[in-house]
Amino acid sequence: MVDLALDSPVGRPSRWIAGLKRGGPRLWVGGALVGTLMLVALLAPLIAPHNPIEQDLMSAQLPPAWSAGGEPAFWFGTDSLGRCVLSRLIYSARTAVAVALIAASLAAAIGIAFGLIAGSFGGWVDQATSRLIDVWMAFPPVLLSIVLAAVIGAGLTSVIAAIVVVDWTRFARVVRAETMVQLQRDYAAAARVIGLSRGAILRLEILPNLIPLVVTLLAVEMGIAILVEVILSFVGISVTGDTPTWGGMIAEGRQIVYQAPWIMALPIGCIISSVIGFNLLGDGLRTVLDPVQRR
Amino acid sequence: MTAALSVQDLHVAIGRGATSANVLRGISLEVQPGEVRGLVGESGAGKSMLGRAVLGLLPANATIAAGSISFEGRDLVAMPEPERRSLFGRRIALIPQDPMTSLNPVKRVGAQVSILLRHHLGLSRRDALARAAELLAEVAIREPGRVLGLYPHEISGGMRQRVLIAMAFACDPTLVIADEPTTALDVTVQRQVLQLVERLRQRHGAAILFVTHDLGVVAKICRTMTVLHAGCVLEEGETADVLAKPLHPYTRALLAATPRADRPAEALRPVPPALIDSLWAEAHRLDRLSAMAPS
Repeated sequence: MVDLALDSPVGRPSRWIAGLKRGGPRLWVGGALVGTLMLVALLAPLIAPHNPIEQDLMSAQLPPAWSAGGEPAFWFGTDSLGRCVLSRLIYSARTAVAVALIAASLAAAIGIAFGLIAGSFGGWVDQATSRLIDVWMAFPPVLLSIVLAAVIGAGLTSVIAAIVVVDWTRFARVVRAETMVQLQRDYAAAARVIGLSRGAILRLEILPNLIPLVVTLLAVEMGIAILVEVILSFVGISVTGDTPTWGGMIAEGRQIVYQAPWIMALPIGCIISSVIGFNLLGDGLRTVLDPVQRR
Repeated sequence: MTAALSVQDLHVAIGRGATSANVLRGISLEVQPGEVRGLVGESGAGKSMLGRAVLGLLPANATIAAGSISFEGRDLVAMPEPERRSLFGRRIALIPQDPMTSLNPVKRVGAQVSILLRHHLGLSRRDALARAAELLAEVAIREPGRVLGLYPHEISGGMRQRVLIAMAFACDPTLVIADEPTTALDVTVQRQVLQLVERLRQRHGAAILFVTHDLGVVAKICRTMTVLHAGCVLEEGETADVLAKPLHPYTRALLAATPRADRPAEALRPVPPALIDSLWAEAHRLDRLSAMAPS
C-alpha cells in the first residue's frame, strides 16, 4: 500500500501545433487557397479596383493588362460590356463563399440529425431512413435543382435549398455508419452503464467522435456546393440581375470565347483552385483531427 | 437483509427460434451487501454474459428467456428505463474489462469523470471538477488536477483503469460489477489495481461481483465464490472452503490447472477433456429438457 502512486504522465507542449505539423503540405496548400478565397470574398469592396457592374462600352473586350492592347487600369481586361473582369471575379467569390458556407452547413446539420437517428435507433427507423436516402440519391441533383428553382423561383435561396435538399444524404450516410461503429465501442457501453440517456450519449459521447469525419466532409461539401452554384448560375437559375457569379461569367464568356478567351478562362481557373483548395483542406484536416492518428 | 444482487434461475439465449443458443442455463446467485463474490469460469462459461445481463448490456440478439435479476429487492428486468438509468452509475457501477477502450478517446479525463457527477449528483461544472480531482487522488493518481486535463491516450493503461475505478466508486454505489478488470493489465499493475479496489470497497462499503478467470485473484480478494461452466453454477461457497475442499470435480480440475508458486510446474494438470465433454453433455441435456417443457 505504500507505493501506489504512479509517476505522472509526460504531457506534450502543445497538441495543436503537433497536429498542424502532421497535416502536411495538403493542409497548408488547401488552407492557403481557402483562406485566400475567404479573404477575397470578405474584403471584396476594398480590393476590387472597379465597380463590378459599371459598364463602359467604349472599352469593351480589352485584353489583360500585360498583353498587347491592354490597359493598366484593367488587369484582367474587360468583358463584352466593358466591365472589369478582375472586379467581377472578386465579387463572384462572395456568392460562391456564401453558398458554400450556408448550404454546406445546413446540409451537414440535416444529414447529421438523420444519420444519428438512423444509426442509433436501428431497426425499422434505420431501414426507413436508409431507403429514403437510397431513393433520394437516385435523383439527378441538377434536375432536382432546376425543379426547385422553378417552384421557388431563381435566386440564392433556391441555389442553397437545392444543394441542401440534394446533399444532406452525403452526411446522413456517413454519420449513420460511423454512429453504428461508435455505439459498438466500449466507451459507449460504459456511458450507458453510468446511466446516460440515449440522447445524452449521442450528444456528449458519440458526436465529439464524429467531428473529424464531419469537418472533412464539410470541406469537401463546400467544394461541391461551389461547383453546383457554378452550374446553376451557368444555366441562369442562380442569383439574378447584376450580381456577378463565376458561372454567369463563363456563360457570357462562352459566346465570345474565340475573340476574348480570358473572360471564360479566368473564372474557370478560380473555380478549379477553390475546389482543389477545399478538397486538400479536407484531406489535411482529416489527418489532423483523426483521433487514431493523434495517438 | 435484502441481497444487494439476487439472480434467480436466469436463462439467457442468443438468437431466436431454431438457431438460438443458450448461454446461461438457469443461474441463481446472491451477493449480500458488502460481500465480494468471485465469479469464475473458463472462457465461454457465461460469466461476462451474467455481468452484462445485470447491467442491461446484453447484445441486441440476446434475450432473457426466463428468470429474474433484482437489485435490493427491485426487479431490474421489469423496471422502467428512466428508473434503471437513475440506478446505473449511482447505485450499480461497472469496472470495465478493457481500460484502453472504455474511456471516450476524444474527451478529456476531467470531462468524463465530471459528467457522471453532474448527471447523478447534480453538481455544477466547477464542483464536479473539484470532486473529480479528489476522486483521482483517492485512487493514488499524482497531480490529479493535471491528469483531468489530459486525453485518455496520454495516460497509461494502469492510470486509465484507476480513472475507471474512481468513476465506479464516485457515487458510493451499493453494487460494483468488476468485469475482469485486471485482465488487460500486466501483472505488477494488476496487484496495485486489486489493492485499490479492495481499499475503495472498504471505504465505500460496496458489494462487488468480481468476474474473473483467475483463481489467484479470487483467493486474494473474494470472500465467497461461484464456479460457472456452460452457463450453469457448478459450485459456490466461502472462497477458503471451496479452494481447500472443492466438491465438484471441475473445481478440482481448475485448481490443479492453476499455476502456483509453492508447487513445481510439472504438477500442473490440464482440465481433463472427458470432464469438459460430460459437462457439456449435461448442459445440452438441460437444453433439451427445457425445450420440451411447455413454456
